[in-house]
Amino acid sequence: MSHHEEAVTDKPAILEEVRPTAMPRRTLIENERGFNWITEKICGIVEGKTPLWWWVAMSVALGVASYTIVGLLHLVSTGTGVWGLRSPAFWGWDIVNFVFWIGIGHAGTLISAILCLLKQKWRTSINRPAEAMTVFAVLCAVIFPVFHTGRVWFAILPGFLFPFPNANQIWPNFRSPLEWDVFAVSTYGTVSVLFWYMGMIPDLATVRDRAKHWARKYIYGIFAMGWRGSTRHWANYEMAYLLLAGLSTPLVLSVHTIVSFDFAVANLPGWHTTIFPPYFVAGAIFSGFGMVLTLMLPLRAMLNLHDLITQYHIDCMCKITLATGSMVGYAYAMEFFIAWYSANPYEGFTFINRAFGPYAWAYWIMISCNVITPQLFWFKKIRENTALVWIITIFVNVGMWFERFVITVSSLANDFLTSSWDYYSPTMTDIMTFFGTFGIFAVLFLLFLRFIPMMAFAEIKAVSPQGDPHNHDDKH
Amino acid sequence: MSKSYGLIALFDTPHAIMHAAEVVRDAGYTHWDTLTPFPVHGLDKAMGLKRSKVPLFTFIGGVTGFIFGMSLAWYTGELAYPLVVGGKPLFSPIFPFPVAYEMTILLASFGTLAGMFITNRLPQHHHPVMDYSQFVRVTDDKFALVIESDDPKFESTQTRTFLEALGGHSIEQVNE
Repeated sequence: MSHHEEAVTDKPAILEEVRPTAMPRRTLIENERGFNWITEKICGIVEGKTPLWWWVAMSVALGVASYTIVGLLHLVSTGTGVWGLRSPAFWGWDIVNFVFWIGIGHAGTLISAILCLLKQKWRTSINRPAEAMTVFAVLCAVIFPVFHTGRVWFAILPGFLFPFPNANQIWPNFRSPLEWDVFAVSTYGTVSVLFWYMGMIPDLATVRDRAKHWARKYIYGIFAMGWRGSTRHWANYEMAYLLLAGLSTPLVLSVHTIVSFDFAVANLPGWHTTIFPPYFVAGAIFSGFGMVLTLMLPLRAMLNLHDLITQYHIDCMCKITLATGSMVGYAYAMEFFIAWYSANPYEGFTFINRAFGPYAWAYWIMISCNVITPQLFWFKKIRENTALVWIITIFVNVGMWFERFVITVSSLANDFLTSSWDYYSPTMTDIMTFFGTFGIFAVLFLLFLRFIPMMAFAEIKAVSPQGDPHNHDDKH
Repeated sequence: MSKSYGLIALFDTPHAIMHAAEVVRDAGYTHWDTLTPFPVHGLDKAMGLKRSKVPLFTFIGGVTGFIFGMSLAWYTGELAYPLVVGGKPLFSPIFPFPVAYEMTILLASFGTLAGMFITNRLPQHHHPVMDYSQFVRVTDDKFALVIESDDPKFESTQTRTFLEALGGHSIEQVNE
């Protein structure tokens, strides 16, 4: 009845202020942990004794990383021929690995920037490790294009990559998407580091203030920049954080767009399509969330972070993986449809060839990993089974690597003229160099876990129920 | 002993510091601050702070970046080594747009970070409030309010009772 009464009163048709109904949200921190518990938990990881598993993991990671080092030394001392690149496939595992690692980085920026703009509070528990993942993934990615120049020291000064004139005084071609890529990826790496570092300052200040040893206080103090938690500072800090989030959002979308231009601007069947930018961005976020889950689930178990990375967080990540995975599946279908609808015989052949030609094995690995497996995330039972979620994310990582392999290799190896066709296969150097990048990534990630507070606990406190100044029960 | 910087008091909850800030603001103090382990939402308003100036730095950075990106392509294509590629003009604002776009974001981000440091006057590795015996709690789980001796309304004993009445505890004098 109250609705009718409201309708007849002379209230304005448009309310001055809209008060959305408070939606019941699942709690972000379980067991009502207080501020001090959060500080102790996260700082404890950095301050405690180095656990045995860390040393074991570090040794394994260093061993794996050595494969990349040896592979790259071999390449620099011998020439780029040690990678299996030959006519007609002059791009192979190098660009596949590059796009794979760059794509993984995108979930970190999505979590830190886009979810910040969308006010998704659950991001606070996972944004720091996800941003670390971004920075390290970009580092792994740049290895490939930089070393593809052969004499890597020429990448910068005689301008193979960066805009400096080369030996003939000619500058890089700004019409080329490859040159756009240099700017996109280097900007992306730099801005990710800035964003990551700025978010870290308040937490580093906490570690500084808790430090017992003078050297520790001094080193963390330098990086904490004298942060003292003044509200006058927080106001500027939050504004800067919001602006960086606002800048990173168009950045992350542009980076994978430009990466997709590397392919889409070329006139090769299977590459020259307008669907590439959104399709690549969706794929990047899909693979990145796969990697975030692959990293976070073991960490959650090992470091006992169940109260901070709750089932709600896992659910959210699984759902984003499901959504982006479905977009990727839609893009695969649409590519096939457009290939037929365009009535272009080369385009049509490329797609039939992908699915049933010499690389059909790779195509069906891609389809089963990227389109079929994430659909399991529709089921709550599966999302709640962390072991199963972890296994599915491995499939996602594998599938996304194969997606880039299928796109790159099948279009290059079987292009317009049958006389120029070849079957591309990588060399041992290719395989080992790529294998080793997982070691490099792991080394960096383990160092991050050991020396940097692995969660943005200042932000976690701010979204906790007792961090809300309007929460009057004053329980802590 | 060096000159007094001010009086500092500790509060236990975000609600308590928010209430205290409102009262201190209304009492007419001007040289004072609150220190919190995380951004307490609404506390800047309770303190009567103005909007942050950081966006200005972002904007300057962004404009510089865009101009830099465009002029790089213009200078290299039109002046340093004019080279016709595919019969296209030596310079057009279209093809280097991705470069200018990325440079806009890069320098705007540097501007934002620099703006945050400049507006906050950081790095300042030592500050009087860091001598407070409870300072370690301030970056952990407690909330502090400091009233500076420079404030025209500051009067040592009276301000101390004022802070006590607000519910602050562990009140100490910190020196410059």
